[in-house]
Amino acid sequence: MDEALKGRDLISVLDLSGSELDALFGIADEMKKYAKSGTDLLKNRVLATLFFEPSTRTRLSFETAMIRLGGNVVGFADPSTSRMTTGETLADTIRMLDSYSNVIVMRHRIEGSARLAAEIATVPVLNAGDGSQHHPTQTLTDLYLMRSEFGHIDQLKIAILGDLKQTRSASSLCFGVSRYKGVKLYLISPEPLKMKQEVKDYLEKSGIEYIESTTLDQYLGDIDVLYVTRLQKERFADPSDYEKYRGSYIVTTEMLQRAKKGMIVMHHLPRIDEIPLEIDYTPNARYFEQAANGLPVRMALLSMIVG
Amino acid sequence: MSDEETQLLIRRIKEGTVIDHIKAGEALQVLDILGITGKDGEIVSVAMNVSSSKIGTKDVVKVANRFLRPEETDKLALVAPLATVNIIRNYKVAEKRKVELPDLFRGILKCPNPTCISNRKNEPIIPTIDVVDKEVPILKCRFCQRVISPSDTLLIA
Repeated sequence: MDEALKGRDLISVLDLSGSELDALFGIADEMKKYAKSGTDLLKNRVLATLFFEPSTRTRLSFETAMIRLGGNVVGFADPSTSRMTTGETLADTIRMLDSYSNVIVMRHRIEGSARLAAEIATVPVLNAGDGSQHHPTQTLTDLYLMRSEFGHIDQLKIAILGDLKQTRSASSLCFGVSRYKGVKLYLISPEPLKMKQEVKDYLEKSGIEYIESTTLDQYLGDIDVLYVTRLQKERFADPSDYEKYRGSYIVTTEMLQRAKKGMIVMHHLPRIDEIPLEIDYTPNARYFEQAANGLPVRMALLSMIVG
Repeated sequence: MSDEETQLLIRRIKEGTVIDHIKAGEALQVLDILGITGKDGEIVSVAMNVSSSKIGTKDVVKVANRFLRPEETDKLALVAPLATVNIIRNYKVAEKRKVELPDLFRGILKCPNPTCISNRKNEPIIPTIDVVDKEVPILKCRFCQRVISPSDTLLIA
């Protein structure tokens, strides 16, 4: 087992180098063998999951990953069942779970909470999403799918569509692709939901080429990956803006016919109506494989960090 | 106005701090970042737009009986990166400091992002701002990782 990640925190995908990503993906390939049968690699180890915000895929895949690796899971998926509702600080909650577990996975709406947890805990802390910028394990899953599909991530042309301002998977993916060469990003969003300036500044500094646009159509023939995020009505100050933009950010079969051959459609899920059900049956749809890959990828991560 | 005339304009201090070579017109920002309001009774002299052989025109601030701590000198770099700080004892320069951004500000500046965990009052957290580029400069909150412009930083009272 690669020892480079042992005992480390994962707060941002940028905590991993390109070679560490390669090593992790190689182990994820191996872990696919154990995704159903399981191993006892992390026997007697305990994963604590603290989800202060709702999650389906991230939490369940982390928990399944730990169980498949022979370990055990404690934690909560609903903060109302913890003492945090009585005003207990995050720091105190972390200290307690630090003493019970071998690794902590946490999701919190407050930005920087994962880094605070990492400063307090002696065991590794894995960020399962905090604030609106970082979601490293989602990005690992996303990059792993692209690597599996194309055999490489270098030189891919990736469009990210939807609410780029508030979607942490979108900004996290921008950080993640900066570890690869020649990637070109197409950031497609309504004007009020454009990617944060500091993420774009980071892309520029990292030499990642990107285009910003409010429409996708003119790029359909160029892109290899269409990464869809959902527009959320509550994010718009004026609800009529939501109605105005919504239609332009729905994937249609007609669009797919005009797309570059072999283009894949990804989504971090859950989707609302931005990917209609009929898209599920097209050869372009990959979002279910993407979600399924969360298991071997998180198994690989846990085994490298805790193993 | 010559440097000599400037000396006449602001009288010498026996003990305290002289902040020299402040960019012309920015002395009030220097007072602000150091939390010098005049309400604590200290004698403060401010000269603005006086001539300087080094930088054309400059501002000068003299604060009697107060000796800037090194971390206060660090803060000055945010508003007066070219300033020099002289600690005066018995009318003589006892120590000369160059203003320079430190590698990080710990417990001195707070993150301007209201949704950052470091702004939660009940958490035991020391706000930490990393200086990721001293030239531009670029600051970054250790916790939420937001890039912060020096003009957006907030002092911890």
